[in-house]
Amino acid sequence: MKSPGKAALAGFSALAIAATLAGCSAGGSSGKIELRVGTFPAGADPAAYEAFEKQEADFEDANPGIDVIGEEYEWKGPTFAVQLAGGSLPDVFTVPFTEAKTLLENGQLADVTAQVEELGYADKFNPVILEGVQDKDGKIYGFPRQAYAMGLHYNRELFTAAGLDPDKPPTTWDEVRAAAKTISEKTGKAGFATMTFNNTGGWQLTAQTVARGGRTQVDNGDGTYTETIDNEGTKAALEFLRELRWEDNSMGSNFLLDWGTINQEFAAGNIGMYTGGSDVYTALVRDFSTEPDIYGLTVIPNEGDDPGTLGGGDIAVISPTVSDEEKDAAAKWIDYYYMQRLLNEKAAKFDAKTLADSDQAVGTPVLPVLDAETEAQRVGWIEEYINVPRDQMTSFIDNISTQKPVGEPKGKTQEIYALLDAVVQAVLTDKNADIDALLEQANKDAQEILDAE
Amino acid sequence: MTTTQEPPALAIRAAIEPSVGPQRPRRKRTPATWVRGGGLSTLLFLLPMLFVFVIFSWSPIVQSVVMSLQKTNLLTPATFVGLDNFANVLADPLLGRAVLNTLYFAGLALVFGFPLPILLAVLMSEVKRGKGLYSALAYLPVVIPPVVAVLLWRFFFDASPNGVFNSILGWVGIPPQSWLQSAETAMPSLVLEATWAAAGGSIIIYLAALLSVPPELYDAAEVDGATIWRKIWHVTLPQLRGVLFIMLILQVIGTAQVFLEPYLFTGGGPNNSTITVLLLIYKYAFQNSLGGNYGEATALSVMLAVVLGILSFVYFRVTNRWSQS
Repeated sequence: MKSPGKAALAGFSALAIAATLAGCSAGGSSGKIELRVGTFPAGADPAAYEAFEKQEADFEDANPGIDVIGEEYEWKGPTFAVQLAGGSLPDVFTVPFTEAKTLLENGQLADVTAQVEELGYADKFNPVILEGVQDKDGKIYGFPRQAYAMGLHYNRELFTAAGLDPDKPPTTWDEVRAAAKTISEKTGKAGFATMTFNNTGGWQLTAQTVARGGRTQVDNGDGTYTETIDNEGTKAALEFLRELRWEDNSMGSNFLLDWGTINQEFAAGNIGMYTGGSDVYTALVRDFSTEPDIYGLTVIPNEGDDPGTLGGGDIAVISPTVSDEEKDAAAKWIDYYYMQRLLNEKAAKFDAKTLADSDQAVGTPVLPVLDAETEAQRVGWIEEYINVPRDQMTSFIDNISTQKPVGEPKGKTQEIYALLDAVVQAVLTDKNADIDALLEQANKDAQEILDAE
Repeated sequence: MTTTQEPPALAIRAAIEPSVGPQRPRRKRTPATWVRGGGLSTLLFLLPMLFVFVIFSWSPIVQSVVMSLQKTNLLTPATFVGLDNFANVLADPLLGRAVLNTLYFAGLALVFGFPLPILLAVLMSEVKRGKGLYSALAYLPVVIPPVVAVLLWRFFFDASPNGVFNSILGWVGIPPQSWLQSAETAMPSLVLEATWAAAGGSIIIYLAALLSVPPELYDAAEVDGATIWRKIWHVTLPQLRGVLFIMLILQVIGTAQVFLEPYLFTGGGPNNSTITVLLLIYKYAFQNSLGGNYGEATALSVMLAVVLGILSFVYFRVTNRWSQS
């Protein structure tokens, strides 16, 4: 241990470690404004990235002072908070409607009122949707870029194999039950499935409640909320699940399904019907390799007093830590990438063509964030590029405007969804689950979560 | 034999090998002798490791303890709330469930997962040829990345009649099981995979330990007319006592902190039947997408660490007395 050689080795290794750690810090400056933008979830189809690169090049040509850098991004409950706290979110990213209000109240989103007004379409937004990204003074904190409604997805191939008509999907819950039973008897696959964990169980239960006229939460208007989980709609939804699972045995044998796994099972042809966001077709094809021919979409049956369809969507927002220059650049990017395709014929066509050339979905049914006429106009513009089998989704497209859109509950949404996960799992895995008792307990626990501060 | 202060590695060695020869005479230590003895280069070599430990191990531990006394979600500034977090965690109904599930998992792993590697090691040590092959096969599950193994097993655990395991059971006439899909069978399924994944490491250690058992003892037992089971019970196990004690406490501490299997297999379900203490900590910290309750998460972590620490201390005191008898 005394030789100078060994001491030199020790010094060198210490230096090497210090140098490596120094390399961790960000570097690079080339005079351009660097903009990090969220693109797609990890594992997305490489062709989607090709399409993105074309759009990136097009934008950089028009804006030579901005260098856009795409980063993999997906909003996921557990990782989002950590990324937010660690400051590793891209400069431009998307968040769901349910998160926007809390984020903007905590100062986690940049104020973009000036940018939106300069762009000139502040008054074109659907006011109900815009209200979700405004604070009490009316300042705007994000660009609602996409909205969806819940729909009933069904596998046309399984319908045909079971002897059902794929162009006449069920329109009432009784018909859903009958179809599920037929599918499971004739094909051995699960006729109906529902998401049950990672907060998606509560999400879908809420959607199925709303479709039966129930509401799981009441906004008292003064910043407090009252939980109403033990309402008739939720009870009916859980009874329905219980009947399909234990009486008809038409839900298959796997019940631990979240958004990713239920889509996987559907893509693999193991599920006949399930409820979910109407825009999932894009992800089904891009991330789960679904064959377009098997996909069908219809509206969720609405029954009872005052039924509605749960809606959701996401918002393109800017991180509050960027400089003013970067904020302007970010607003330009958001305008180009998310908004212009809705407003401007040339942009809509370019966007649609780029996506279509890379075999990405064009024309997935969505709810308009702007007004209905603008949306109809947009669909007209991109008609020639639509590669999504919209004729397999006519029951949804034709009927969705007759259903009342209902927003997701606003108070402690994700935590209460997590609570309801356990209720749905209990009904599906325990034959003797007492639905009334479960709902009463869930209501109590949820109210405690809402009241605690 | 061993003292309670020695780290497990030394304890295992001391249990297997006889103690070393006479001690060296000590000399007077001054700063000069320290430098001459190469103390400076020792320190230089130590520095990187110390640096890494401080940044990645000790400082987060200290920070956790501080956070357990705060109300923080890492987004808004933290406020000190004293022992409120501990009180809230203890009042959480899920905590009772999580502790019971963790004890259930640890208990099952102990009853089924602890004797199995010993048995396999004894059997493998009796084999005349192919020992290397069997050792490699036994260790293979350990080499597979845990997440990959769990996802593979999740596929095998498919509860439909043509799921992999259900098909195999069908060949011998056993009806399909619900594996992860029902509250009764979920935890045993988890233990099954966890045992499969961890047995290999234990087998290798026991195989090495078995080499230290003097063969004369077996010969003597044979002369007295012992069957193979009595040989194992009366010769092998007592000789392996030190190793067994260490492996036992390591297993208990390890299974008390099980996270991967419940998280990836079932997310705590169905209906909270597989939620464990560590998964609960994860949920406190990360379930809320808008900034979790890191105060409660770290409070529960601190409590778990203290409980495991006390358990280990008591265990070493008790086994110390046994090993010296």
